Amino acid sequence: MIRMPAPDEAVLARRSEIVDALRRIVPGEGVIDSASERRAFECDGLTAYRQLPMVVVLPETTAQVSEILRYCHANRIKVVPRGAGTSLSGGALPLQDGILLGLGKFKRILEIDVENRCIVVQPGVTNLGISQAVQAQGLYYAPDPSSQIACTIGGNVAENSGGVHCLKYGLTTNNVLGVELVMMDGEIIRLGGKHFDASGYDLLGVLVGSEGMLGVVTEVTVRILPKPPGARALMIGFATIEGAGHCVAEVIATGIIPGGMEMMDHLAIEAAEAFVHAGYPLDAAALLIIELDGCAAEIDHLIAAVEAIASRHGATSCRASQSEAERLLFWAGRKAAFPAVGRLSPDYYCMDGTIPRRQIGTVLQRMEEMEAKYKLRVANVFHAGDGNLHPLILYDANRPGELQRAEDFGNDILRLCVEVGGVLTGEHGVGVEKRDLMGTMFNDSDLDQQTRLKCAFDSESLLNPGKVFPQLCRCAELGRVHVHAGNLRFPDLPRF
Amino acid sequence: MIVLRPSNDAEAQDMIGWAMAENHPLEIVAGGSKRALGRPPRTDHQLDVSRLSGIVDYEPAELVMTARAATPMADIQRQLADQQQMLAFEPPDWRKLLASNAEPTLGGVLACNLSGPRRLRAGAARDFFLGFAAINGRGDAWKAGGKVVKNVTGYDMCKLQAGAFGTLSLLTEVTLKVMPKPETSCTLLLHGLADDIAIPTMLRALNTPHEVSGAAHLPSPAARRSSVDAVANGLGGATALRLEGPPPSVIYRAAELEKLLGHGDRLDAAASERLWTEIASVESLVAGRERYLWRLCPTPARAGAVVQAIRARLASADALFDWGGGLVWLNLDAEDAGPDGGAAIIRAAMGQIGGHAMLVVAPEALRATTPVFEPASATIDALQCRIKQGFDPGGILNPGRMWEGR
Repeated sequence: MIRMPAPDEAVLARRSEIVDALRRIVPGEGVIDSASERRAFECDGLTAYRQLPMVVVLPETTAQVSEILRYCHANRIKVVPRGAGTSLSGGALPLQDGILLGLGKFKRILEIDVENRCIVVQPGVTNLGISQAVQAQGLYYAPDPSSQIACTIGGNVAENSGGVHCLKYGLTTNNVLGVELVMMDGEIIRLGGKHFDASGYDLLGVLVGSEGMLGVVTEVTVRILPKPPGARALMIGFATIEGAGHCVAEVIATGIIPGGMEMMDHLAIEAAEAFVHAGYPLDAAALLIIELDGCAAEIDHLIAAVEAIASRHGATSCRASQSEAERLLFWAGRKAAFPAVGRLSPDYYCMDGTIPRRQIGTVLQRMEEMEAKYKLRVANVFHAGDGNLHPLILYDANRPGELQRAEDFGNDILRLCVEVGGVLTGEHGVGVEKRDLMGTMFNDSDLDQQTRLKCAFDSESLLNPGKVFPQLCRCAELGRVHVHAGNLRFPDLPRF
Repeated sequence: MIVLRPSNDAEAQDMIGWAMAENHPLEIVAGGSKRALGRPPRTDHQLDVSRLSGIVDYEPAELVMTARAATPMADIQRQLADQQQMLAFEPPDWRKLLASNAEPTLGGVLACNLSGPRRLRAGAARDFFLGFAAINGRGDAWKAGGKVVKNVTGYDMCKLQAGAFGTLSLLTEVTLKVMPKPETSCTLLLHGLADDIAIPTMLRALNTPHEVSGAAHLPSPAARRSSVDAVANGLGGATALRLEGPPPSVIYRAAELEKLLGHGDRLDAAASERLWTEIASVESLVAGRERYLWRLCPTPARAGAVVQAIRARLASADALFDWGGGLVWLNLDAEDAGPDGGAAIIRAAMGQIGGHAMLVVAPEALRATTPVFEPASATIDALQCRIKQGFDPGGILNPGRMWEGR
């Protein structure tokens, strides 16, 4: 288990005073003090980690957020921001000596600007809520993480969330135009707007995906897009994972970027089929679902091209959806893959590494060997288009030692991803979960530079500490300038 | 002037370490094609990284390319074209604009976050920037991001480097996401629309599901200068909408858009490419010497209004609209613009509607006195200072390139 920083006893001793101060800022029920009510906030989607927050505060206005942060800054109190709490990496895990700042009351849609193709919302609006707000106009918000019914746009900004459509339509970062941000010292700033690009450093760009460590977002402007006129899905079975992998590579090398391209392995196919009866081929070692969107002429053209590629790579079955209902049915199994796998086992642990796609065969082979080593099973679902793996490790937390084995297994998988040229996390974030693996991808110098960015925003390291970085912030130390005497290597260079 | 020419990262690291220790600020150059972009360099020494060049790894099926930062754009484009791929952000060639014959490099394009007409749909240079190796102003080598298309491990430092004009770190190696080249393209031309009709027309086209990948409006003077006959010979201004994709899809979408917006000319793939290259590189479409060129990024629907407001006070303002109004090139007569190059009037007009303005073409003296980049609020400015201070406390890397005194 990952250790969180030791709580500050002095802050814990001032708990009631802090609660009172927060009540002066957010009156009424916005401050949650009782242990039983705080319990609802003790974990996010990474449920293996739980911690009761010192106190929960649910502000309703930007001014309140600003006052809360100003107070916490002045009193050196840690703050953990939280949206819907669906993070799979523990990004919103509370701290024993920290305030949990919930943005759940920021639920308003502020402006729909069809002309400029954007929408301005508060951070507590759900991802799906954005698309629903503009669906009458034939528009939608492209990033669609699988938790989109529940997860909020504020959390999406913090985690740079993806989804099945991000190969073609981008991650959150590619779709956010502007934010209102409260800094840790209470200052309110606006980054971006309805226009393109930034002047000066791209602060909006670094904010997205910063896992709640640089500031608290209180308003978000995102790009909305016209809905594609149509979409059809292909469901293609393969006798080998390699065949499916080669098919994916050739689709892309041919120049086709599908709206979605997902792979499932045999165990995931079985689980999903048993759960939703989507007609998945149970004899297949790998299943691809490839969605092609656009106008009918384009879809027909691309379906024919993908079918031809699939058959060249030994597809054992291939079906194109003939109706919208059938397309949704193809997807139903994939979208329910996590709960479906959940029926096979009391608990599962979802990983999120990305690999160069050409390594898929090697990686799955090595994972099979690890299954034997750790005596745990893995089901694989895979955003095949962008190489983002979601191995689901099946375990039973009630059996002594099994959670630890699952975590060790997961860490080995992530190390393997890095070893073959990939990364620790494609879309779920580092959070608490992968914090101590950061060293497999980055050396101290790399992490120091990231910390320097953090220090520019939050020099006291009060915002969401203990996440992402294996070492707590050392701003003062990093700020020092070391001049190495004897480093005078070029005093006599020729002048031009 | 001392010119330092590292042949590898270790040498570059030593040189920056030396510059820091001896307090010798460095101007970073590779090809040098963008030396006239931003505030004028005022350093005694140059760090010429042009030897840090070459494609390191290119896997077309992975959509990923890794190259040394000073790899010439021409080499990158050639390799991609051989595999029917491209940089989707359509890096513009500003050599003529910046009066340079030098060779643009990949690192320069990313450091300046330069994107062409497809930015509208595909995203900016920064959106395709996956990872890098770099050296900060302290002489520390570091890296960030990765070599895969999807990655959220740690802060997105690529965004910080893109558009930082080399003021935070020297990029030595970069990894980009590349995309397949569309099978074909065509451009619809509508003739004779006034600015205040053309912009809503472009926005209307962009709000259809027909995936318009370029939307520009050339008012009459700009249209007359085009090398594409159908643009130059049309009546009045020309409004151009580009469609790309598989041929049956492009044909269908072109017909649908024409039903909606009316019939004009259709440019085939070759003419279409010529026109969008011309729009990206700007130079041939704006008037001759003795002028200042501003690049505005306004709220798109307000592009016409902002130009009108500026024209009310600067009658010489000559505009070119790209990105469906999200990008406005504004050409000012030097005499008309006044001693600040028109900055006060332009920035006051932009302040009303949201966005930013950059002074792109102007004599060195003017770029030294008028803020080239949009001035930020005091809080944001202080934040940017702290970031610069963290990465480059000695002010060694391209000092003064973005802001005076740092």
